[in-house]
Amino acid sequence: MTTVHSEHAPVVRLAGVEKSFAAHGEVVTTALSGIDLEIRQGEFVSLIGPSGCGKSTLLRIIGDLTQPTGGTVTVNGKSAAAARRGREYGIVFQAPVLFDWRRVEDNVRLPLELLGMGRAEREERAGEMLRLVELTDFARHYPYQLSGGMQQRVAIARALALEPALLLMDEPFGALDEMTRERMNSEVLRIWEKTGTTIVFVTHSIPEAVFLSSRVVVMSHRPGRITHTVDIDLPRPRGVHSREMRRYFELVTEVRQQLRGGGADEDVEASIDQVVAEEGSL
Amino acid sequence: MSRRRWRGRVLYYLPSVVVFLGVIGLWEFTVHSGVLPRPSAIIGALTENWSSGRWPLFAAARNTFLEAMLGLLIGSIFGVVWGALVARWATARDALLPVAIAANAVPIIAFAPIMNNWFGVLNPLSKAAIAAVLVFFPIFINVVRGLAAVDPAAIELMRSYAASEWVILRKVRIPAALPFFLTGLKVSTTLSLIGAIVAEYFGGSSDVIGRVVVQSASALRWDVSWAAILFGATTGILFYLAIAGAERVLIPWHASVRGDAPA
Repeated sequence: MTTVHSEHAPVVRLAGVEKSFAAHGEVVTTALSGIDLEIRQGEFVSLIGPSGCGKSTLLRIIGDLTQPTGGTVTVNGKSAAAARRGREYGIVFQAPVLFDWRRVEDNVRLPLELLGMGRAEREERAGEMLRLVELTDFARHYPYQLSGGMQQRVAIARALALEPALLLMDEPFGALDEMTRERMNSEVLRIWEKTGTTIVFVTHSIPEAVFLSSRVVVMSHRPGRITHTVDIDLPRPRGVHSREMRRYFELVTEVRQQLRGGGADEDVEASIDQVVAEEGSL
Repeated sequence: MSRRRWRGRVLYYLPSVVVFLGVIGLWEFTVHSGVLPRPSAIIGALTENWSSGRWPLFAAARNTFLEAMLGLLIGSIFGVVWGALVARWATARDALLPVAIAANAVPIIAFAPIMNNWFGVLNPLSKAAIAAVLVFFPIFINVVRGLAAVDPAAIELMRSYAASEWVILRKVRIPAALPFFLTGLKVSTTLSLIGAIVAEYFGGSSDVIGRVVVQSASALRWDVSWAAILFGATTGILFYLAIAGAERVLIPWHASVRGDAPA
């Protein structure tokens, strides 16, 4: 799939992106340094790294929710700000961020309302999105009546409603239990394969990154840099069986080794150990 | 509603009903005092009032209620506007919040005679003004809390859709603040009645609850005073229930409304 998409112009182009936080005019922390990355049409790219490596910051910079202190961000040939104003993003956060006072279908319609789309078209599109995430039966429910995984599926439906050029997902399943998370992983893959949307996915789970992605971007801690990129050549369509393939384990190991090789700094080691510990049996 | 739920409801309310009836019974059979007439004497005063023709107590309760309503309306408008300013602009907060808190510390009832002079003792506005000042603070503080309680991620989400501040206000901040505003409004229903009735004690038209209580008491007709108080209490409860009912319609999604336990 990646080879087909590679012929297209990049959806995201990051060149020399830096982010530092300053206090009293002095640079206190350098969160990101010298980030160069191109993401092509239809790719599924995961950003992985230890906590505090700036992967979420990088995602927010791509989405124009945070400004970089250096470098350029180009989305579909425009600046990130222009892309945001053009409503080319769909964003899914770690929390579903649904509006309690809106029924499920009205939450999905929200971005369509903001676009000024007519009522009939809005309803049709929202219905389509709910079918995509298989929540049609819950359209008239309020968010509090749904489980965490279902709420996150509503958030995904909402993010996809505008048919965004780029779907940004910031640890969307970090708050879910392992079983639900694996189910949601398959769900996202299914949606990605069906819609062909370009996805940038932030995670600190190695298995999740390998299972989902066409490419895994490994980042190091402070200053956050891209240390390696691992092409994931697991055959598609992927499913439960993919997690049991020999190639899957090899790729998981490769990403893990790349994470470990990211720096000799003890801080990094500690963070990686934490990541590894979280993955448990693998 | 299922039979089981009805049973649950009855069992839920049973203890308070028993206590209420017990207190009334105890009162009826043990109290022998003119200042605190028996419940049966108060009921007697009510029926006597009813048969006197134009049912003056009902008219009095209605007039007092209208004063309270007017006060609630004026106080709410000030509270919402002031609260919105304080929540929106830091400079407004620095300037207006201390004033609101200081104003809340003033014994507002003390203004009643002054309001009588300002608006005229017979003008219902002089009573509504006291009610308005009383309800201002709870409305104000709830609006500020409600507007501040918005999830920052919700704002970020709206930004990612390039939504303007105005759209964010309409689609996020106001709906999020509504339950807080309604809480303030519920508290304010009884407060506004208290404000209106106390203001009436300082003089004005005699067809209001406050005046009926004062005048009957000075004529030693305690039973009529108590009947008037009963009317005032009923008005307050109905006022409160009306807002609570509006809550069920306006914010069915909110934790305070959606619970299964009878509210």
